[in-house]
Amino acid sequence: MSIWLGLAGFGIVFFSAALMLGLSHLRRKTPSVFREIPAFTRLRQAVGLVVEDGSRLHVSLGRGTLTTPQSASALAGLTLLRRLADLTSAGDQPPIATSGDATLAILSQDTLQAAANFSERSAFDPASGRLTGLTPFSYAAGAIPAIRDENVSANVLMGNFGVEVALLTDAAERENTFVLAGSDNLTAQAVIYASAQEPLIGEEIYAAGAYVESSPLHTASLTVQDVLRWLIIAAILVGALLTLAGLL
Amino acid sequence: MNRKSPLSTVITIASTAITIASGVLVLAGYFFAQNADGQASLLTNIRLTFLNWAIILAGFAIFIGILNLFQVHFNKIQKKEKGSFYSLLLIISLVATFLFGLVRPGQMEVVFTTVQLPVEASLMALLVVTLTYASIRLLRRRLNLLSVIFLVTALLILLGTAPLPLLGDIPGLSDWVRPFIAQVMAAAGARGILLGVALGTLTTGLRILFGTDLPYVGNK
Repeated sequence: MSIWLGLAGFGIVFFSAALMLGLSHLRRKTPSVFREIPAFTRLRQAVGLVVEDGSRLHVSLGRGTLTTPQSASALAGLTLLRRLADLTSAGDQPPIATSGDATLAILSQDTLQAAANFSERSAFDPASGRLTGLTPFSYAAGAIPAIRDENVSANVLMGNFGVEVALLTDAAERENTFVLAGSDNLTAQAVIYASAQEPLIGEEIYAAGAYVESSPLHTASLTVQDVLRWLIIAAILVGALLTLAGLL
Repeated sequence: MNRKSPLSTVITIASTAITIASGVLVLAGYFFAQNADGQASLLTNIRLTFLNWAIILAGFAIFIGILNLFQVHFNKIQKKEKGSFYSLLLIISLVATFLFGLVRPGQMEVVFTTVQLPVEASLMALLVVTLTYASIRLLRRRLNLLSVIFLVTALLILLGTAPLPLLGDIPGLSDWVRPFIAQVMAAAGARGILLGVALGTLTTGLRILFGTDLPYVGNK
């Protein structure tokens, strides 16, 4: 990477960080207003039902290794897991988390342990955060029994998945359970749209934290995404016009 | 509400500080990879060292993950839960593969080519049925314009890809409609979604660097 390209990249990150911090400071004084994403509304209802009927919540975090760019979707899934574990702490059974990457499985155990310690209502079971397989299909095959046999009534599939996610959504649907699914992978998004009850498309998975937690920084990060999106649109339009005019 | 012990507080602060410092150093090492003389910068060396550490940790994590897998299925067998027979099969397979790897370390690919690959290929084949069924049920689940467009597009692509018996390619569909949908509309939409995913990745990374999104750290 050339020095100028590095500086440009650093400038974008620095601008985004400064904007996020500034906006989060402003957001502390004003209430957050989000556009309606039906999947998150129904997720809240499903979580309420999990607590009421004493069933279990299952969160699957996909196969996003932490040393790859796919880790962001997995980390978004972990943030949601932490929040959902807090919300279901009043229920009879703690949530379970499955993943297809070993580091992610360890982080899911830590997340569930942190939530159990925080609530002081349920003891932490190390088996609640589990690695189900290291290849795409072994991961899916290992997660299916968790959906089927462990009194699960709501499933959240959020992270880096491939086409194997269809096996998970199909298993959840056969059990008549709620399924919210989102991935950063385009092929998986198409599969999820066709097979999941509540699909998340595009960057909606990264908004999960803001929709369930709504801290000022989460809200500000959504605004930063919108600002950057408008800048990209402007850059594409200007670039296309300059190209048409023969100046670029 | 849980009260944190002093040790727990120190661990939380230390792990957050280490996370933020590592993230900032790796990010800076990526952007400022070279010195003015073209040599790799100190930040690059730090970034590569951290990445090597992460890879070693990931290797250990796999070992811990397999122990976790063993524990989960062993517990299932002990408690005679539903599906414990399959758990027994899994443990037997795990131990047999491990022993095979110790006795014949050079022939491990035999296990993958004769067992793992066929099983995964079968699951891939099963996906055809699952996705076809899901597409049929899509309109029952969500009857709206977007679902109709989704299904019509999928059908057009399938018709444009699969030649008809005796007739071959469908004129207009195979040579114009399918390439237009796949190369223009789908590619443009995919780029838009990928840009959105990239922006989401950026802001998620920044939230980690700011220390607000560390769900696994202590009793936050």
